[in-house]
Amino acid sequence: MARLNVNPTRMELKKLKARLDTAVRGHKLLKDKSDEMIRRFSVIIKENKRLRDEVEKELGETLKQFSVARSVTPAYQAETAFAMPSVAVSAECGTGSVMGVEVPALSVNQTKRAEGLPYAFSEMTGEADYSVERAGALIPKMLKLAEVEKTVRMLAVEIERNKRRVNALEYVMIPQLEETIKYIKSKLDENERAAVIRLMKVKNKI
Amino acid sequence: MQGKMAIVGDGESITVFKAAGVTAFPAENAEAAREIIRKAAREYKIIFLTEELARPLQTFLKRFDEEPYPVILSIPSKNGATGYGDELLKSAMERALGVDILFNN
Repeated sequence: MARLNVNPTRMELKKLKARLDTAVRGHKLLKDKSDEMIRRFSVIIKENKRLRDEVEKELGETLKQFSVARSVTPAYQAETAFAMPSVAVSAECGTGSVMGVEVPALSVNQTKRAEGLPYAFSEMTGEADYSVERAGALIPKMLKLAEVEKTVRMLAVEIERNKRRVNALEYVMIPQLEETIKYIKSKLDENERAAVIRLMKVKNKI
Repeated sequence: MQGKMAIVGDGESITVFKAAGVTAFPAENAEAAREIIRKAAREYKIIFLTEELARPLQTFLKRFDEEPYPVILSIPSKNGATGYGDELLKSAMERALGVDILFNN
């Protein structure tokens, strides 16, 4: 490992020692942070998997059901029936924090449900009612999944970044500082020995 | 903070969500979807995108991973799940942990 380009003086030595101290402490803290993030991540990713399986299953069923309902109605009629939704959903968007990573926190804002379905009963079959109902009921779950999945992805990025920092400290910064400190120490020692020898020689000559 | 929801996908898969109150944007192909998302990302906080369209846009969607919002979630379309969701999970897991703790295969 290359040593830093500094003058071998006592002042530099002192500075470098302080830096090494900080680096070691920082490394320990970051490593702890990394461990904890990984622990949280593994919890969240399991939750994510569970939610995704659920949502995929239910959504698949809902869409299939809706497909059937739609197929018995002429396409243009279905289009017009669904052209104007009678309900509006919106989400409450906050932010949470997982180990200092800002993540989204979503919850459904209760919908203003105007008289049920957006179409006349004569326009669509009853199957469609069910699937629309189910889709509405699925939205909170999908929001939850959206939140969790985003958290997982953001956390993954953060963990990677943190890992890089830990490695940089562990394998570059700290060895470099240690080596430089060693170099300065040996240089100083040598100077001292040289001074002693010089004194002895001078004394011999007198 | 209030956030609006949008869904982008092929016509048939998104109609049902339109009835449930989510703003629907039909998109025929990935290019169209990309344009829609680019515009919608400013206004909508949550965007659902069908897997068929999400897959080709993978690199484009990565840029949304940096900020908490907008949240873009890929969902299966009427053709059923393609396993894309699991793939995303897997790649996040490999990035963060380096090992597979969910699928074990």
